[in-house]
Amino acid sequence: MKTFIVIAAYNEERKIGSVLKDLKKKYDTIVVVDDGSKDKTAEIAEKKGVIVLRHPLNRGQGAALKTGIDYALQNNAEIIVTYDADGQFLVEDIKKVVAPVEKKQADIVLGSRFLGKTINMPFSKKIVLKLGVMVGFLLYHIKITDSQSGFRALSRKAAEKIKLTADRMEHASEFFWEIMKNKLKYKEVPITVIYDDYSIGKGQKWSNSIELGIKMLLRRFFM
Amino acid sequence: MITAIQLLALVFVGFAASRVILRAKDKKISITELFFWLAVWTVLILVVFFPGLTSPAADFLDVGRGIDVIIYVSIGLLFYLMFRLYVKIEEIQQDITQVVRMTAINEKKKRK
Repeated sequence: MKTFIVIAAYNEERKIGSVLKDLKKKYDTIVVVDDGSKDKTAEIAEKKGVIVLRHPLNRGQGAALKTGIDYALQNNAEIIVTYDADGQFLVEDIKKVVAPVEKKQADIVLGSRFLGKTINMPFSKKIVLKLGVMVGFLLYHIKITDSQSGFRALSRKAAEKIKLTADRMEHASEFFWEIMKNKLKYKEVPITVIYDDYSIGKGQKWSNSIELGIKMLLRRFFM
Repeated sequence: MITAIQLLALVFVGFAASRVILRAKDKKISITELFFWLAVWTVLILVVFFPGLTSPAADFLDVGRGIDVIIYVSIGLLFYLMFRLYVKIEEIQQDITQVVRMTAINEKKKRK
């Protein structure tokens, strides 16, 4: 099945090259959405011979992923995988998230670092993520072990149905909302997430998590 | 005799109204908006100069003093306008994203 790997990248010049190098060994259709980076992210990605879409302005990770998903759909993608640019994921895990979609067991598959394993995850990060899981369950009644995972596989049907409007980080919770609204079949599979100083620095801040929670609440009850 | 607060209100409203008229002249705001804002400032002047005008409203709403009615209404209106602005800004943000997205995808098509 025609599989597109979609990566949203913002100022990732240090990692994007090696991430793409690993991916290129196994996958040939890779779409990098450069979200208005001020560094050489787009140039490096282009040199690796992948499809590069450039946002002239920074619009946030959710917005960039949607650009990549739209592009993939326009180019007849059958499966779309969202992947991170900062080297936290393992290429081998892609086939694990894709498999249930290929076998038509699920419309959307979410990679879970809590079913799988984490390497060097900071404790504070763990608390924030667990809180996210609780909020997600209370609001959406979706049982999920990892609420903020950026590693997913979508069937064409799911990608067409899911409407992402949130530009910033809250797109992860927006996925839940869309899963519930569209009654999509979802599944979680274990993945590995590696933390290093680089990815921790680029990750979400505490204050963002609070804002995210509020936005989830508002969306649940007013939209 | 004019009181200090009345003088302040006059100066402020004069300034605010002049801004509104200038914006309307530049066609930055519509005629309807011009009248809306001029009406807001006119009401402010009327209330400051003739506080008695608010008493019927206070009696009608069972609020002690006319001035309290004005404060309640103002706060309500402010919140409502804030909300409108917030929604508007969100809409504009989403529009910008849409334009950025189309640019990115179209550029790619052209380069092909």
